Amino acid sequence: MTGRERGLRIAAVAAFLAFVYVAVPLAIAETGRTDLYYTLSSVALLAIASGGVWLTFYIGRINIGQGAWALVGGYVSAILVATYGLSFWLSLPIAGLFCAGASVLVGLPILRLRGVYFAMITLVLTEVARLAALALPVTNGAKGITSIPSPGRIGLAGLTIVPAFDTFAEKNLAFYFLSVTMMVVCFAGLWRLVNSRVGRLFAALRQNEELASSMGLNVPLLRVLAYAISSFLGGVGGAIFVAIAQSIYPSSFTVNDSVNFMLNCFLGGLGYVFGPMLGTLVLYFGWDLLFQTGQYQLLIYSGVMILLIVLLPNGLLSVRLPSRRAT
Amino acid sequence: MATILKVKDLTKRYGGLTAVNEVSFDVEPNEILSIIGPNGAGKSTIFKLISSFVKPTRGEVTFNGEVISGLAPHIVARKGVVRTFQETTIFKGMTARDSVIVAHHLRSRASLAGFFCGTAAARRDEAEFGRSSDEILDFLGLGAVRYEIASNLPQGHLRALGIAIGLAADPKILLLDEPFAGMNADETNRAVEMVRAVRDRGVTLLLVEHDMAAVMKISDRIVVINFGVKIAEGTPAAIRADEKVIEAYLGVEDETIGL
Repeated sequence: MTGRERGLRIAAVAAFLAFVYVAVPLAIAETGRTDLYYTLSSVALLAIASGGVWLTFYIGRINIGQGAWALVGGYVSAILVATYGLSFWLSLPIAGLFCAGASVLVGLPILRLRGVYFAMITLVLTEVARLAALALPVTNGAKGITSIPSPGRIGLAGLTIVPAFDTFAEKNLAFYFLSVTMMVVCFAGLWRLVNSRVGRLFAALRQNEELASSMGLNVPLLRVLAYAISSFLGGVGGAIFVAIAQSIYPSSFTVNDSVNFMLNCFLGGLGYVFGPMLGTLVLYFGWDLLFQTGQYQLLIYSGVMILLIVLLPNGLLSVRLPSRRAT
Repeated sequence: MATILKVKDLTKRYGGLTAVNEVSFDVEPNEILSIIGPNGAGKSTIFKLISSFVKPTRGEVTFNGEVISGLAPHIVARKGVVRTFQETTIFKGMTARDSVIVAHHLRSRASLAGFFCGTAAARRDEAEFGRSSDEILDFLGLGAVRYEIASNLPQGHLRALGIAIGLAADPKILLLDEPFAGMNADETNRAVEMVRAVRDRGVTLLLVEHDMAAVMKISDRIVVINFGVKIAEGTPAAIRADEKVIEAYLGVEDETIGL
């Protein structure tokens, strides 16, 4: 990387951070559209879950099951906080790790499948999670878990690092900062991952699993590692979502959400780490904007998606970075 | 020196079909041994059995005195038995250099977490793999195209890249699947030189090949398979004179095959 590229990159990151941490809150305070905090928090959390899906795409698997892990992560956090009185801040990593661990068990057998077969199985996962949430006693069935306390304060030796969310005048601002911070951290981690050797090994898997294993790469381990990280992100995203909504139901994340997580990746561009972030933003607001078209909403939406796939098969970010592939 | 790879009574049945039937042969250190035979004779199955991509029905493969059949393919590769594929099987979307660097992975000392955090050991590995990749690419005449995306490379380079990826995994014995397929005489000669040069690095070579002229030129010994059974084994001169081989495999067309 040349010095100029490095400088540009740092400037881009700084501009992005300034935008989400300063410009957006200022603009919202100015216009009084505080409802946007909730909307943007949702986008950030959906982007985290989509980032996980993106990673499974990166090893060459079509993942339409992220909704399952968002639901599982949400329930783990909700049960720990509401039933056992644990701090939300502790429940968050536990929810992520629980999803990662469970996804290892699920992933070991199903990751042997490829292409449409893997996609079909993951599609079923979301439905399995929903039915499990309906049936299990600990999840309280269709009534769900409600009135979940907001995140409490984080303190160290009497010093308050993060105040309890209930003490905020605008609680959604606190959630906005939480969601955006988690998004920044998760995507920084993802970026680091795919640009390290681990990412190159993942890319090698996507290109050719047989060759990778004949070069001594532990293919099953790497596959399940990618899937566990992916599910971790899904679980974390789901857990924060539940904290914002203060409730969770078996229908909080459905097959529709799983499909959207995947579409976010397609739309942003599978070749770019930050693709899912842009994809989520565009898809979320695009759908809302089309609301005014009433009964034609789905028609226009689907038409635009088909056009995008035809015109920009490598995602929205490919506009900025034209493919260098020789024709 | 002791036998490096020992194939003993290797048998593979797919349902009622016996693809490989009680095949045994030894590979000596630093030799070039070719497996030849008509299409569907079971050559590729033998390759898959040795590299442990499929499990034998009966029999076993021993590498340096240790049974390797039944182990996971990546474990077999780590022990030094590395398989390459036909030229279409490479990391298509990566640059030549990146492919070779990835193939170095089994030499790495740092953990995956180490690579993620960028520890000193990981950075040392990275630097060393980069140097070693450049050396291998130069060695196989790919120095000039190292930053090209693999799928943009011409045939000859792809074949060399396949071997480069194999070499990066630090093999004791390298299994080459039809390294001369689809090449003209000129390209074949260059490829033969390349394979010899690889041998001179101290790597034992096991080839599956169709190109008779190249096989006769390059091999120290040849194993002939027909209908899953070994019908002959010996030096190129002995194989050329073997009645059974001529009858069963070369038939009356020996002229056209170029013997």
